[in-house]
Amino acid sequence: MKVLVPVKRVIDYNVKVRVKADGSGVDLANVKMSMNPFDEIAVEEAIRLKEEGVASEVVAVSIGVKQAQETLRTALAMGADRAILIVAADDVHTDIEPLAVAKLLAAVVKEEEPGLVLAGKQAIDNDMNATGQMLSALLGWSQATFASEVTIEGDHALVTREVDGGLQTIKAKMPCIVTVDLRLNEPRYASLPNIMKAKKKPLDEKTPDDYGVDVSPRLSIVKTAEPPTRKAGVKVGSVDELITKLKDEAGVI
Amino acid sequence: MTLKAKDAPDLGSFTWDDPFLLEAQLTEEERMLRDAAAEFAQSKLQPRVIDAYARETVAPEIFPEMGQAGLLGATLPEEYGGLGAGYVTYGLIAREVERVDSGYRSMMSVQSSLVIYPIYAYGSEEQRQKYLPGLCDGSLIGCFGLTEPDAGSDPGGMKTRAEKTEGGYRLSGSKMWISNAPIADVFVVWAKSDAHDGKIRGFVLEKGLKGLSAPKIGGKQSLRASVTGEIVMDGVEVGEEALLPNVEGLKGPFGCLNRARYGIAWGVMGAAEFCWHGARQYGLDRKQFRKPLAQTQLFQKKLADMQTEITLGLQAALRVGRLMDEARAAPEMISLIKRNNCGKALEIARMARDMHGGNGISEEFQVIRHMMNLETVNTYEGTHDVHALILGRAQTGLQAFF
Repeated sequence: MKVLVPVKRVIDYNVKVRVKADGSGVDLANVKMSMNPFDEIAVEEAIRLKEEGVASEVVAVSIGVKQAQETLRTALAMGADRAILIVAADDVHTDIEPLAVAKLLAAVVKEEEPGLVLAGKQAIDNDMNATGQMLSALLGWSQATFASEVTIEGDHALVTREVDGGLQTIKAKMPCIVTVDLRLNEPRYASLPNIMKAKKKPLDEKTPDDYGVDVSPRLSIVKTAEPPTRKAGVKVGSVDELITKLKDEAGVI
Repeated sequence: MTLKAKDAPDLGSFTWDDPFLLEAQLTEEERMLRDAAAEFAQSKLQPRVIDAYARETVAPEIFPEMGQAGLLGATLPEEYGGLGAGYVTYGLIAREVERVDSGYRSMMSVQSSLVIYPIYAYGSEEQRQKYLPGLCDGSLIGCFGLTEPDAGSDPGGMKTRAEKTEGGYRLSGSKMWISNAPIADVFVVWAKSDAHDGKIRGFVLEKGLKGLSAPKIGGKQSLRASVTGEIVMDGVEVGEEALLPNVEGLKGPFGCLNRARYGIAWGVMGAAEFCWHGARQYGLDRKQFRKPLAQTQLFQKKLADMQTEITLGLQAALRVGRLMDEARAAPEMISLIKRNNCGKALEIARMARDMHGGNGISEEFQVIRHMMNLETVNTYEGTHDVHALILGRAQTGLQAFF
C-alpha cells in the first residue's frame, strides 16, 4: 500500500508572528519557516506504517512556493521515499486556498493511486481545517479526522478520534483520508546522515497547469490584526465600590 | 517615478538575535544539518551537562551517540563514514554543541579535526580503512598528542623521540593536556624521528601497547565534562604501519590544528550566544527598584556589546568557512577568528555572569560554567597572545616569538 502525505511549509511555531503594517497579512520576510507540526505527525505515522510492513511506499507532496522543497527534504530525511513539489506561487506571502490544494491533491491521488492519504488536521498558519475534508468529498473517499490512533485492518482503517469529552473509534473503508491530531505520535528528528541521504531521493517538480487546476484565490482577506492587548486593571477601595462598578461599568449584575 | 526598493525610506525589520540575517546566508542543507545538530545537543547533551560538570564525570558513551547522530567527521567523504558536508556545516555543528558546553565540543573537535582528519589526510589507505569508520561512528575514541610538559606554544621544542628499530619505531616521551586521552583507543602522536633527520612525524598508536599509558589529569576547574590526560610513552614499540606516511614537519599537526581552531571560532560563539540570551532573559525577568534590570542603561549597554561582538564574530566565521570550502582560506585568517572569537566569548561570559548578579555563580544559570570553560578555550589551540604574534608576523614580516 502506498501512503500519500501532504505537507505544508508554514511559519515556525516558535516564531513570534508580526502583522504587516498594511494589515494584509503576516510578515514572512526573513522568518523561520518549518513543516506544519501536524504534517510532521502525519509523516511520522506513514513512516511507522512502512516500518511495520503495512505501507510499501511513502510519498510526500507539497503545494506552495519553490522553497517548500526544504519542507519536502525534511520529510525525505525523516524517511519518506520520494516527493512531489507543485510550485503554485512565487511570493512567499501567497497562501494557496484549501479548495485549490484539495483539487491538486485529488489529481495527485488519481495519478499515484495511494491506499491511504495521511494529512495534518490543519495548518497552524491559517487554521482552516478544511483540506482533508474537501479532498474526501472530491474523491468520494471515506474520511476520519482528528486521529489519535490509526490501525489498518485489511480493507478498513480503525481510527480513534479525539472528540469533546472523550474518544470515538470509527471504522473507515479503505482507501481513505485520515487527518491527524497532536497526540497520534511524537515525530522523529532527522539525523544528519539521513539529511545527506535525502538529497539523493527523487523530488519531482510540477505546476498546477500539469494537473489542470486553477489556484487563483476565491477568498479575499479583509483585515489581519494583532490580538487586542489586555487593558490594565483597577484597584477598588471597598466592596460597595466593586458592586457599583460591576453594575454601572461592567454591566454584569 | 516610483522609488526602487533599495531607495525606499522604510528599511527592513530587525531580528534581535540574528542582526545580519545569518540564517539567510546559509544553504537549505546547512540549515537542516544545523537544526538536526541543535536537536541532538539540546535533547542528548543538555540534560546531562550540569551533573557531569559538577562531578567531573567521564562519559565515553557520548562518542557513539554523537557518531550515530552524524556529528563526527562531518567533512569526511561518506565512503569513510563521514557526512560529506562542508566546513560551514562543521562550524555550525560546533556552535550548537558548544551552546551546551565547551567540553562536549572539545571531545568532538579532537575526534573530528585532530584524529579523523590527519588519518584521512596523511594516512595510508590501510590506516584509513582501519580507523576512520570506527572513529566516525564513535565506536573508537581518538586523542591527539602534540603538547608536552615543556613544549606548549613552542611545539618545535618537543622532546618525544621515535628511534628506528628493525621493522618499526620505538617511541619515548610524554604529552600533556591531552583531551580524551584516558578513554582513547587511538592516539595520534607527534614525535621527532631519528630515521627522518629528526623531523616531526605522526604515529598512530593503539590502546594496550606495552609502555603506553594515559593517566587522567584531575582537579580541573574548567572543561570538567570532558576528560583530559597525559600520554606517557615508555619505549612504545610499533611497526612501520603506525607511521603516517604522507606528512612531515610541523605542517602535519598544524594542518589538523587549523581545522580545529576554525571550528572553535564557531563553537565559542555558541557558548557566547547562550550567555547573551541568558543575560537578556534574566534582565527581563528580574526586577529591582520596581523595574526590570533590562530597563537600565548599564544593562542595555552590555547587551548591545554582546549582540555586536557575536554578530561580527559569526559573520567572520561564516566568511572564513566559505573560504575553507573554496580552498582559499589562509592559516592567518583562522588565527584572526580563533583569537577574536575566543577572547570576545570569554568577555561576554564574564559580563553575563556579572549581569546575573548573585545567581550568576549558581550552576543552575549555567553562565559561570561557560565562563570557566572559555578560560581554557581562550588558551588552548594557540593562546590569544600567540595568535597575535602570528598576525603580527604576517603584517610586518618580523617574527617576535623568540
